[in-house]
Amino acid sequence: MREVYFDYGATTPPRSEVVEAMLPFLKEHFGNPQSLHRYGEAPREAIEEAREKVAELIGARSNEIYFTASGSEANNLAIKGVALMNRQKGEHIVVSAVEHLSVINAARTLEKLGFELTQVPVDQHGLVDPADVEKVLRDDTVLVSVMHANSEIGTIQPVGEIARLVKERSKAYFHTDAVATVGRIPVDVGDLGVNLLSLAGDQFYGPKGTGALYIKRATRIMPLIDGGIQEAGRRAGTENVPAIVGLGVAAQMAAEDMDERRAHVIPLRDALIEYLTNEMDKVHLTGHPAQRLPGHVSVVVEFIEGESMLLLLNMQGVAAASGSTCTSRALKASHVLTAIGIDPGLANGSLLLTLGSGNSMEDVDYFREVFPPIVDRLRQMSPLYKEA
Amino acid sequence: MPQYSDKVMDHFMNPRNVGEIPDADGVGTVGNPVCGDLMSFYIKVDDGRLEDVKFKTFGCGAAIAVSSMVSEMAKGKTLEEAKKITNADVAEELEGLPKNKMHCSNLGADALHNAIEDYEAKVKEA
Repeated sequence: MREVYFDYGATTPPRSEVVEAMLPFLKEHFGNPQSLHRYGEAPREAIEEAREKVAELIGARSNEIYFTASGSEANNLAIKGVALMNRQKGEHIVVSAVEHLSVINAARTLEKLGFELTQVPVDQHGLVDPADVEKVLRDDTVLVSVMHANSEIGTIQPVGEIARLVKERSKAYFHTDAVATVGRIPVDVGDLGVNLLSLAGDQFYGPKGTGALYIKRATRIMPLIDGGIQEAGRRAGTENVPAIVGLGVAAQMAAEDMDERRAHVIPLRDALIEYLTNEMDKVHLTGHPAQRLPGHVSVVVEFIEGESMLLLLNMQGVAAASGSTCTSRALKASHVLTAIGIDPGLANGSLLLTLGSGNSMEDVDYFREVFPPIVDRLRQMSPLYKEA
Repeated sequence: MPQYSDKVMDHFMNPRNVGEIPDADGVGTVGNPVCGDLMSFYIKVDDGRLEDVKFKTFGCGAAIAVSSMVSEMAKGKTLEEAKKITNADVAEELEGLPKNKMHCSNLGADALHNAIEDYEAKVKEA
């Protein structure tokens, strides 16, 4: 048996350099960065250094980076913080139909508070058409949020084009959830032209519990967490110094070896996609075939269900994910697969493989070995499968 | 994996009675709109007893384990005994199901009962 981790989309293992950099801040440099005495010095400097590194990764200024505890928190801060602070500008919010639930549910909360929400549909590949965004922009649109890439189907959105459009045709702020792209593909806030951008450290070999929101200068935003003056008053709470330090190191290293990692993972992704869609019977790719994250493989397998696939794969040492209803703790069908028009039954056969630095062609070969018997076994059991 | 008991994993990995009965005396199919599971039960009745029970299931680990357990519990029982099998019984035999998977146990019992009803309806017509 071989241990294969094909779930880099869920989280990535922290680099050893990241862990090493964090340790002193869990040990001798334990001080509170806000303290005036000498114990506060090293921690304070360390978080500012991390801030610079994160800024550099996305082409931002250091003072435009605000640390959060997760990508979800960054999303919530962006959506709620901007909408609530700028209500007088308007109460209309626009999001795409395939946003992460932290964006959609934050927007739904605002709906309950009296805002109006419009969801822009996507095509069968999950792509947002900028023209569809334009159609729904109004004088009172205060915020538009379209993710840079979708973690379930891998599709990369034309964010630059959409941001430009929003700027030209409205007074709205533009936010992008870039949790799936930062650290994986080049992301530059200047090029994209966004007002706000979310990222998460555990997606690019940093520690869990770290995220950041890029907030362009002169953007008015209401904090989610009130209190002290940490993060320039925008996010109170004693900073998670070790985690932030780890995030900084991860950001710096991600910038350095991004091209190498992409070159490494793309052939593995393509080999798996080729195998699943051409060599396996009745398995279909979801998401855009070309405009797709470098390590992302998402398919739907006819006649069988996702959770049972994952269980059997797990028994064979392969760690993967699925968008099937049964795999969601909330027992809800994937809103992303629904939005791209996949039949609900077929959507339950969703399989998601996300690749990263630790994978190799041997992993791909091993998967090709163990997957067909799993599919056969489950198809033999299925009332939906009639053998040809 | 969703905290499945050893018993559930056993029935999932080694399901009993998978298959169809081409000349079944009764067939019952139940779909679960909650998570999209689908179960079909096939029964052969002899002298008021379930001589053979087979099933096919599209669904998660719990769904497959439940189908297998229901088929095992039902085989050899009289129709009256089989009708009394409840989802609580099934969950108990499986040594518990995670809270959000309890609905799967409903499905198994229902599919079996549907198959029995199907048989009884056919007998009535004859």
